[in-house]
Amino acid sequence: MASLPVSSSDSDVPRSLWQRQRWLVLRRLSQALVLLAFLAGPWFGLWIAKGNLSSSLTLGVLPLTDPLLALQTLLTGHLPYAAALTGAAIVLGFYLLVGGRVFCGWVCPVNVVTDAAAWTRRRLGIKTGRVPDAATRYWLLGGILVAAAVTGRLAWEWVNPVSLLHRGLIFGMGGGLFVIAGIFVYDVLVASRGWCGHLCPMGAFYGLLGRTALLRVSAAKRSACDDCMDCFTVCPEPQVIRPALKAVGQAGPLILSSDCTTCGRCIDVCDKQVFKMTHRFDQRSE
Amino acid sequence: MGRACPLNGLIVDSARQPARKSTVAESPASAARRRFINGVAAAAGGGCLLALGAGLYSRSASALPAQALRPPGALAEDDFLAACVRCGLCVRDCPYHILKLADLGEPVPTGTPYFTARQIPCEMCDDIPCVKACPTGALDRELTDINQARMGLAALVDHESCLNFLGLRCDVCYRVCPVIDKAITLETQHNPRSDRHAMLLPTVHSDACTGCGKCEKSCVLPEAAIKVFPRKLAQGALPAHYRKGWEEKARHGGSLIGEQVELPVRGFEGSTAGRSATETVVAPVAPAPSAAPSAAPVPSPKEASGGLRRGLDSHWKP
Ligand code: SF4
Ligand code: SF4
Ligand code: SF4
Ligand code: SF4
Ligand code: SF4
Repeated sequence: MASLPVSSSDSDVPRSLWQRQRWLVLRRLSQALVLLAFLAGPWFGLWIAKGNLSSSLTLGVLPLTDPLLALQTLLTGHLPYAAALTGAAIVLGFYLLVGGRVFCGWVCPVNVVTDAAAWTRRRLGIKTGRVPDAATRYWLLGGILVAAAVTGRLAWEWVNPVSLLHRGLIFGMGGGLFVIAGIFVYDVLVASRGWCGHLCPMGAFYGLLGRTALLRVSAAKRSACDDCMDCFTVCPEPQVIRPALKAVGQAGPLILSSDCTTCGRCIDVCDKQVFKMTHRFDQRSE
Repeated sequence: MGRACPLNGLIVDSARQPARKSTVAESPASAARRRFINGVAAAAGGGCLLALGAGLYSRSASALPAQALRPPGALAEDDFLAACVRCGLCVRDCPYHILKLADLGEPVPTGTPYFTARQIPCEMCDDIPCVKACPTGALDRELTDINQARMGLAALVDHESCLNFLGLRCDVCYRVCPVIDKAITLETQHNPRSDRHAMLLPTVHSDACTGCGKCEKSCVLPEAAIKVFPRKLAQGALPAHYRKGWEEKARHGGSLIGEQVELPVRGFEGSTAGRSATETVVAPVAPAPSAAPSAAPVPSPKEASGGLRRGLDSHWKP
């Protein structure tokens, strides 16, 4: 694949460790801070956020609710109180603005597990397995909505790994660990990026919110790309890169697919500094 | 050649590969289409199966186990499972930390709040902070008076071990009840075993018991004789068309079917008022654990206060 002559320009300055890990570190920091906001209360008596990602109250005033959960509740036929609905609207607005899957990259605790699984898979050089169709997550999303309407209860919450893990980390966990371990093993052995990239209905839902994202990654210096494939290797949704990087089906350098988690990992790993974090209207490319 | 997936706008860029390897004469486009359709079918099938599985699992695992009680104001269980998003805000705002979110694999539906009376009962806070904290209405804010809470219903399940049933004066469950003398009373009964003492039987009244669990928590026995259950488990129900004659009589100031002819009781002349209950008392049969105090083996309060004042001849000799 990478059989093109590698144009190793001599002007390449070796990038510092910080430059190579910056977005990863920021992202982990963000995930940790979200968790800490919930844990500072029970640990130190410092109540920043109460509840969990399903629904929470921050500093006693700001309600936040998972909009997918609010949608399922409505489908069961229950009309939640204004607190939950307001919370869902705020979260919905936020992700419509910055990009739905920012949730996956910057907030969701399962992301740490699946990133670790992807890393393990790369390290062990595992190439086996069978990846489910990328559309599976949308069918699953449809399925859980139908399940809520048909059973009249929040059926998906019995097993939803995302809330299992987040709730478990804050309120204590036992059996939920097996589900998380299952996801890790599945991602390592069976399907590369299997859970977050192909199955998770929450990821699918937040992906649908990504069409208007203001925050986007751009392959601005794509002319400098030497086809090392590093970005494709680390990207949790590698299919989103090609249209922007290779101008396939689009002219501009912006990664517009709503599957992009805006994780910035491609920026980290690219030695040619092709990618940068920017906004939706920044069509500049060098 | 790329093919846009209709659902998510992905570019499925696998059109050329199967054609290169394929030995059968098949156009690349149709091979790609076949793969695409297969993929979608598998995805749809898998997705629906998983969702169905979750739905079925949620149905099978949704009966609340006997010792798990919902916080005050909780909707009826079916509605509760539709409304509660499992956020734990109620858990956080309970000042006595009695609530817990169920973990996967526990008999309580995953993530939902509950408490176990024998471990730590509800303190029945006047301001009901748990209800105020709930953002979804799974805990109903219509509940403003904690005495109207119906978290469960206490039942004196073990008549064989309850110390008051054995003739002692324990009374602990009665004394700790926050709704004392309404939710739980001591009903005086003749003790047919000693034939000269009273038994004060703790008796729960469903119209006032909040199900807080204090009585179960404080029962002095190693295993509580009084237990609090979800109401659905603890309470029976009469058929809707049943009317209690004496209640109707009181309400209407007289019998609805006119005065009835009193027939003489034959065959029991001279015996102890002809109550079969007297015989069952001495018979060494264990009372059914679910039997209400008014049923056998002891005569009901009405009977006790009526014809039995003179004392039963229970054939008991010191
Ligand atoms: S895809 Fe799902 S599990 Fe993965 S990060 Fe997003 S929400 Fe979390
Ligand atoms: S394209 Fe870059 S920012 Fe987007 S998901 Fe892939 S690695 Fe992350
Ligand atoms: S009434 Fe008070 S003690 Fe009982 S569950 Fe609510 S907050 Fe906790
Ligand atoms: S606060 Fe309400 S929605 Fe949240 S866990 Fe408690 S009952 Fe459920
Ligand atoms: S559960 Fe027990 S203590 Fe609580 S109200 Fe009912 S009888 Fe009283």
